[in-house]
Amino acid sequence: MTTLTFDASTDPILERRRQIQGIARASVSRRKTYSKIALGICWATLVIALIPLVAIIVYTVVKGIAAWNWTFFSQPTKPEGIPGGGIWNALVGTVIIGAVATIVTIPLGLLGGLYLAESDGRIAAAVRFTADLMTGVPSILMGIFGYIALVKVFGYSGLVGAFAIGMIMLPIIMRACETAIRGVPGHLNEAGLALGARRFTIARRVIVPAALPGILTGGLLAIARGVGETAPLLFTIFGTLYTQWNPTKVMNALPLVIFNDSSSPYPDQLQIAWGAALLLMVMVLVLSIGSRLLAAHLQKERR
Amino acid sequence: MATTASMPTERESRQHGRFSLSNGAYRVILTVGAAIFVALALWFLYAIVSQARPIFDQLGVGWVFGKVWNPNHNQFGLLPFILGTIETTAIALVLAVPIGLGTALALAYLVPPRVKATLGGAVELLAAVPSVVYGLFGLVALAPIWRAHVEPFLTSVFGWTHLFSGPNDGVGLLLAGTVLFIMILPTVVAISRDVLAVVPREQVEGAMALGATRWQVLRKVVLPDARTGLLGAFTLATGRALGETVAVALLIGNSDYIAHSLKSPAATIPSLIVNNFGEASGTELAALFGAGLVLLVIGVGVNAIARVLVRGKTGAAGGAASVAVA
Repeated sequence: MTTLTFDASTDPILERRRQIQGIARASVSRRKTYSKIALGICWATLVIALIPLVAIIVYTVVKGIAAWNWTFFSQPTKPEGIPGGGIWNALVGTVIIGAVATIVTIPLGLLGGLYLAESDGRIAAAVRFTADLMTGVPSILMGIFGYIALVKVFGYSGLVGAFAIGMIMLPIIMRACETAIRGVPGHLNEAGLALGARRFTIARRVIVPAALPGILTGGLLAIARGVGETAPLLFTIFGTLYTQWNPTKVMNALPLVIFNDSSSPYPDQLQIAWGAALLLMVMVLVLSIGSRLLAAHLQKERR
Repeated sequence: MATTASMPTERESRQHGRFSLSNGAYRVILTVGAAIFVALALWFLYAIVSQARPIFDQLGVGWVFGKVWNPNHNQFGLLPFILGTIETTAIALVLAVPIGLGTALALAYLVPPRVKATLGGAVELLAAVPSVVYGLFGLVALAPIWRAHVEPFLTSVFGWTHLFSGPNDGVGLLLAGTVLFIMILPTVVAISRDVLAVVPREQVEGAMALGATRWQVLRKVVLPDARTGLLGAFTLATGRALGETVAVALLIGNSDYIAHSLKSPAATIPSLIVNNFGEASGTELAALFGAGLVLLVIGVGVNAIARVLVRGKTGAAGGAASVAVA
């Protein structure tokens, strides 16, 4: 048996403790260095991501503002190579096509969304999955569908364009409505049922008003998506140089003008394209920001 | 939210309460709404399939993998376009995965709260910028830079890989892929950030309490937890890149041959359809619908995978935004 003597310099336990502390210190400093490097990379990617995104906004604003003048807004497009002209016909077309698509798809999407939110079971799941899949259909396919299904029968018109755009908007609106309606607390529905209200009354007076911020956000974002689509319009509305208010006739639209003019060798056409791009971007941003502000406002009013 | 959504007062009931539908009628109306949508979806599918049928009847399935597209000689090989679609999407993803992931991590966990709200909102808005604007930007602003600087630089550095042979045209696979990357980036970041933000707080705080550094928390706790949702976000973006039409058609240079270099002009299935649909008839038209059907199968397949992965991975608030953004 050995005698235990206390000697701080050779004590094995303290020695071990020193070792562990040393390892720990090294580990902490190593991990901190790694962490700094890795987080630095994350920050760098954020900056890298912002460069092109800021560039596209700034570029479009600078180039677009130069194109904006009274002629640009008040005159219809001119044929390629002829200077001057504006986008009035395309603006009218975009607004009317967007409005027709919205008027049809919002109520239909709301019904579909209510159906999805209020139904369980296999059929509802299949409808929901179909809606999900339809949001992933490449938009060019809606264009050729519109062509084969309607242009072949009724000819080119703004309505066919609105149909093709609506096909893209409808599943988005349905799923957004469903999400918004499912977010309404279940006890509101139960309270309505307990009072003996019919389901329709509950939906109209309780559920839809409570889900309104989400429904409006989803709807406006779907409109923003719809008016910016080019591919569905390529083979449906024809693109005319005349200002056409009647959606049963051939129309023009801003995305179409941008697409057609962007590869033009004439600087005038290119300038029109930039002006139209800025206008379209402003419209889409106003719809997106508007939907957020409106949703925030409605939420605040509720409290 | 709950208070004004309460049941109507008596006066309101008298004003509005007269019109109501029985539960049965209400149910029928909802079902009809959903049925109209399903009917439209089926009509869409039927139209594409029935238009594409003649080409499959004539040439079987083999034409899909043919290498030559020459309608004048009844050759409708889709391979150049399938490859073009895959290549542009791959370029976009190679750039979007690291940059999108890093940006989403930074947005969800690193930037100060006030900046976070502003940047987050800006990213969501950018996701709404129409793709034709990205196409215009790529063609006018980026193509000259690619031709004069980016392509010569890449050729001088990576020339030995033979990936960058051929002339510097500006337009081509590389430019189309890069612009697709810029285009899908906001979508990727917005959804990834939502997915990352819903990782349970207790897990994050628990890891921090154990002495993990911030990076260790992100690497060992946040990323594994969000893995499925992130995969979904990128798959969703893939679907978008695959189906993008106008931006790619403007930037890819439109060649019907298989690209031999990243600088080569090429074509994707959507750009093939855009460039030829207007003048096509007969078998060529059927072939274009057949190409559309192939695109539909790829696009819907990718999207179906994405939806299953993302489902239930974002909160209700993020969900609405994600649905709309996607």
